[in-house]
Amino acid sequence: MNSGRMLGMAVLSAVLGATALCAAQAAEPLKVGLLEDVSGDLAFMGMPKLHGSQLAVEEINKSGGILGRQIELIHLDPQGDNARYQEFGRRLLNRDKVDVLIGGITSASREALRPIVDRTSTPYIYTNQYEGGVCDASMISMGAVPEQQFSTLIPWMVEKFGKKVYVIAADYNFGQISAEWNRKIMKDLGGEVVGEEFIPLGVSQFAQTIQNIQKAKPDWLLTINVGAAQDSFFEQAAAANLNLPMGSSIKVMLGFEHKRFKPPALNNMHATANWFEEIDTPEANDFKMRWHAKFPDELYINDMGYNAYNALYMYKTLVEKAKSTKLDDLRKVIATGDACIDAPEGKVCIDPKSQHTSHRMRLISVGPKHEVTVEKDYGTIQPYWLGQIGCDLTKKNDKDQYTPSHLPSKS
Amino acid sequence: MSAELFSLFYQFADVFAFLILSAAGLAIVFGMMGVINMAHGEFIMCGAYVTVGLVNLGVPLVIAQILAALTAGLIGVAVEFLIVRRFYKRPLDSLLATWGLSLIVTQSMLLIVGSAVRGIGTPEGSFAIGGYTFSSYRLVLFGCAVAVLAGLYIVFMKTRFGVIARATMQNAAMAKALGARTGRIYAISFGIGTGLAGLCGALYAPTMTLIPTMGATFVVESFVTVVIGGANVLLGTAPAAVFLAVIRMTLNASYGQIIGQIGMLFAVILIIRVLPEGLSSVLVRRGR
Repeated sequence: MNSGRMLGMAVLSAVLGATALCAAQAAEPLKVGLLEDVSGDLAFMGMPKLHGSQLAVEEINKSGGILGRQIELIHLDPQGDNARYQEFGRRLLNRDKVDVLIGGITSASREALRPIVDRTSTPYIYTNQYEGGVCDASMISMGAVPEQQFSTLIPWMVEKFGKKVYVIAADYNFGQISAEWNRKIMKDLGGEVVGEEFIPLGVSQFAQTIQNIQKAKPDWLLTINVGAAQDSFFEQAAAANLNLPMGSSIKVMLGFEHKRFKPPALNNMHATANWFEEIDTPEANDFKMRWHAKFPDELYINDMGYNAYNALYMYKTLVEKAKSTKLDDLRKVIATGDACIDAPEGKVCIDPKSQHTSHRMRLISVGPKHEVTVEKDYGTIQPYWLGQIGCDLTKKNDKDQYTPSHLPSKS
Repeated sequence: MSAELFSLFYQFADVFAFLILSAAGLAIVFGMMGVINMAHGEFIMCGAYVTVGLVNLGVPLVIAQILAALTAGLIGVAVEFLIVRRFYKRPLDSLLATWGLSLIVTQSMLLIVGSAVRGIGTPEGSFAIGGYTFSSYRLVLFGCAVAVLAGLYIVFMKTRFGVIARATMQNAAMAKALGARTGRIYAISFGIGTGLAGLCGALYAPTMTLIPTMGATFVVESFVTVVIGGANVLLGTAPAAVFLAVIRMTLNASYGQIIGQIGMLFAVILIIRVLPEGLSSVLVRRGR
C-alpha cells in the first residue's frame, strides 16, 4: 500500500516535471517586478496600482503574452517604507532577476530606488504623476509632469480666481519641488505667493493652518498635501467654512478625495489630469467596464492605477518593437519617437529626450455635490521641459533630477 | 484685537483637546498598571470605525460616538483578560504583546474593511469673529476634553472604586491583602483606558480620513503627553497638555507646522532631561 502510493507519487512527479520542462522550453515567462504599497498609510492609493497591473497582465497573457512569452507578475508590498523599497528592489533585481521593475508611490520612494536601478541594466517604469525633472536613462515615466499639470492649471486659476495663492504642501521632495514650480509659474504670471506652509507627513490637525490662510487672504489655494492624515485638511477647512477655490496636481484623480469625503468638502477643487474615472469616451468606458468587472469593489480607478495599467502595454510595445527585453534595445525604440500606445485617454508616446510620456490633459472641477466636470481640454501636451533645459538621454545619461532652481550645468 | 485673542484661545483649545483626548486612555493604562499599551492607536481607530459604521447605519452621531467608546472599552476588557493579564510581571513583554496586537489589528482591518472608508462629515456649524471663521465642532472637542479630565477626577478621587484603584496603583499586594479584587480593578481600568481611546477616535472620526493606520497620527502626541506628565497620571496629564499645547500653538502660529512639531518634541527632550519623573513629580512635591 505504502510503496504503491510512493510509486504513484514518483510517476506523477515525473510527468509533472516533464510537462514543466516542455513549458519552459516553449518560453520562459517574462518577469515583471512590481513594488506597490498595499498596506500602510498609502494603501488606498496603491491598491488601484496593483489592480491596474494585474488587469493588464491578465489581458496581455490571455492574448498571447509578449513575444509569445507569458508575463509573471512578482508583486512585493514595501508598506510605505523607503528602506523596504530599497531592500525589495534589490531582491527583485538581483535575486529574482526581473526583466523590468515597475512601481513606487511617493517621490521619496522613487528616489530611494533609482540609484539601485541605475547600478543594473534593468529598465524601471515609474507610473505616477510627479514633480518632474528626472533625467535618467534607466527610468521611463508614465505619469504627468509639471509642464502638463501646473503650466495648465496655475494660469487658469490665476485668470479665474486671482493672483494671490497660498500653498499647503507635504514636506518632502514632491511637495517642496512642486511648490518651487508654483513659485516660478506665479512669478512669470505676475502673481503673488502670499503664503507657503509645508506639513510634516502624518499631521492631521489643521486649525492653525486654516487661520494662517485666512490671515494671508489668498484668492485661491494650491493643495499638494499628501496622504490620508493630511487629507483631513479638506474636512476641517470645510467645517471652518474656509470656502476658497482650490487647485492641485494630485487631488481628485489620484486620491479620489471627492469619493472619500462627504460633500461639499471638495467643492471648488480644480485639477489637471490625463485620467480620472469620470472621463466619458468609448475607449475610457470600455476600460472602466473591464476594470470593474475584475475588481467590483474598487472605490475609484485613480490615475496611478490607470498609468500602471498603461505601463505594461507600453512595455509590451517596446519589447515587441525591439524584439528584445534589454534596456539598450528598448531605448533604441524610444529614440525613434515611435514608442506609442493607444491608451484609454488616447494615443500617448514616450519623448526620446526625457523618456517621459505625452498626455491628453483636461482641467476638471469638483462641484458642491462632488460631481466632476471638464472645464477645458488641452489636447495632447508633450513633456517638453527636460528637453528644453538640455536633458537629452539619446546623447547623455545625466542620472539626475532637475528643478527650476537646479538646471543642468552648461558644458 | 479681540478676534486675535479669541483665535489664540481657539488654537490653544484645539491642540489641548487633541493632546488630552489622545493621551487620556494611554495615561490611565500606564499610570494604573504600568503597562505601555502599544495598541493604543488601534483602540482609537476602533472608536472611529465603529462611529462611522453606526452613523452609516442611521444612528445619530452622538449616540454612535457613545456606543463606539463603549465598544472600545469592552474590547479592552476582553484584551486585558486574554492577553495583558498574563504580562503584569513582565512589562517589556506586555509592550511587545500589545505591539503585535496593533500590527494584527491594522492589517486585519485593511483586509476586511478595505484601505479607505468614506467619511461622514463634520457636524455643521461655524462662526465668524473678525476676519476668521471657526468650526463650532472644534469647541465641542475642547468641551469633551475638559469633561474627560473632570470625569477622571471624579471617578478616581470621589468614588469608592477610585479609592481602591488608587490603593492598587500604589501597592497592589497590600491592596490585595486588604481584600481589594485587584484583578477586577485592573480589568476595569484597562477598559476605561481603551474606552477613552475609543472616545478619542469617535470624536475625531468626523473630522478625519479613515484608514486602518489612522491611530498612528495620535500616538506620538499621546506618548509625549504621558511621558511629560510623569508617573502620577491623575496630576500630570492636564498640565503636560497645557504646557505642550502652548508651545505648539505659539510655534505653529508663527513658524508653521514643521517648527511646531520640532519645537514640541524638543521641549519634551528638555523636560525629560530636567525632570526625569515628569511634571507630576514637581506637583507631588509641592503637594507634600
